[in-house]
Amino acid sequence: MCLAVPGKVIEIKDSVGIVDFNGVKREVRLDLVDVKVGDYVIVHTGFAIEKMDEKDALESLHIWQELLKVQEDY
Amino acid sequence: MDLYKDRNASDAIIRKIFEVSKDLGEVKLCHVCGTHEHVITHYGIRALLPKNVQVVSGPGCPVCVTTQGEIEAAVKVAEKGAIVTTYGDMIRVPSKRSLSDAKASGLDIRLVYSINDSINLAISNPNKKIVHFAIGFETTCPTTAVAVLNSPDNFYVLSAHRVIPPAMDLLLSSGKINLSGFIDPGHVSTIIGTKPYEPISKKFHVPQVICGFEPNDILMGIYLLVKQIKEKRAEVENEYVRGVRTEGNTKAQKLMEKVFEPCDIRWRGFPVIPGSGLSLRNEFSNKDAYKEFNIEIEDIPEEKGCSCPEVLRAEKIPRECPLFGNICTPQSPKGPCMVSREGACYISFKYEKS
Repeated sequence: MCLAVPGKVIEIKDSVGIVDFNGVKREVRLDLVDVKVGDYVIVHTGFAIEKMDEKDALESLHIWQELLKVQEDY
Repeated sequence: MDLYKDRNASDAIIRKIFEVSKDLGEVKLCHVCGTHEHVITHYGIRALLPKNVQVVSGPGCPVCVTTQGEIEAAVKVAEKGAIVTTYGDMIRVPSKRSLSDAKASGLDIRLVYSINDSINLAISNPNKKIVHFAIGFETTCPTTAVAVLNSPDNFYVLSAHRVIPPAMDLLLSSGKINLSGFIDPGHVSTIIGTKPYEPISKKFHVPQVICGFEPNDILMGIYLLVKQIKEKRAEVENEYVRGVRTEGNTKAQKLMEKVFEPCDIRWRGFPVIPGSGLSLRNEFSNKDAYKEFNIEIEDIPEEKGCSCPEVLRAEKIPRECPLFGNICTPQSPKGPCMVSREGACYISFKYEKS
C-alpha cells in the first residue's frame, strides 16, 4: 500500500505533471511537492510525495561506504 | 544505485551484523510495513541473519487492519446509491459482507489506482454521489487531503485512514511481545519525518531505524539496529536518506493537519487505539461520507479460527495459523492477511510455502 516508485518529471501543467518511469509515462499530481522539469520524484497512488535529491542520494551512498569501508571491493 | 542490491555489499553488511550480534542475546526486530515484509521474504533475508536475530511483521498493511465495521460502512454507502471507489486488495477482504460480494450483488463498487481517478469519476458523473473509501497510513493521507480540498460537491470521503506511531506504542505497551527494536516504514516517514518516532524510543528505550525498500536497505537497517542494541542506545536513525528528510514533507503535513483531526479507532486485531485514526474536521463535514449518509461504524467480532489478529500483533508468524496454506490460501482467503499483496500470510504463501 505504501509502495512508491521513483520517476523523472518531464512536463508540468498546473498541479499535474508527466512523470517518466523508465520509459512508461504517466500523469502524476504534484500538489504535495515543489518541483521543476528534470527533477526526480517518489510517486505513490498517482501523487508525487517527495522530491529525490541527488545530493541526498550521494550522501547516503557515502555514509554506506564509510560504514562498511567497502570501497576497496568495488 | 546498484549498491542497494549488490551482493558483495550484502555480504559485507551481513558480516557486520554477525560481528555485532554475536555477543547479544535474543534480538527481535519488528517492521510495520507490508512493502518491507515483501522485500524481506522475497529476498530471503531472514535466512541470512544470525540465529539470535529475528525479524517479525507487525500491523503494516492498511488493507489488513481495516475493520469489518468500516467495510460494512462502505457497503451501506453503496446501498444508498453512491458509487464507491477504493484501492486494490480492499475489495476482496473477507468480511460480514465483502466489497466483492456487494459488487457481485449489483452495487457500484470500483477499484481505482489513485484518488484522482475518483475525482475524475465525480466530474464525469455530476448526478451521482462518488464516495472514496480511503484506506492507508500517513503515505496516503495527504493525497486524500488534496482530494477533499480540490473536488466537486458530489465527491465524498469515507475515511479509514490510520497513523502508525500509536500502534507501535500499543505493541510495546501490551507487553506480550518482547521487541528489541523497530524497522520504521520508509514512505510513511517520507511524510512524517523522524520526530514522531522519538517519544517511542524514549518511553520504551528501543532503537529504531527508518529503512528504504531495497534488500541492502533492510540489511543496513538491521545492522544499525543491532549496533544500537550493542551500544545500549535507543535512537531514531534514518537509513533511507534518499527518500526521507528529518522534518518529512512539511507541505503534505500541513495539508493533512488542515483536513483531518485525530480520532480513536479500532484496528483489525487490536482494541481501540487512542489517536490512531484520522477523521475529517468539522469544517469539511460536507465531504464526510459518514455524515452525508448518516452511517456509524459497527463493532463486528473477528472471524474465529483465523490468526490474522495475532499475525498483525506480531505474536504469530503466518505458518503458525492452523488455517494457513490448507483452508486459507490466496485463492480462497479466510482473513485479510492472505488477501492483500502486502499481507504477511499472502507473502509467506507466495515465497515460503514449500
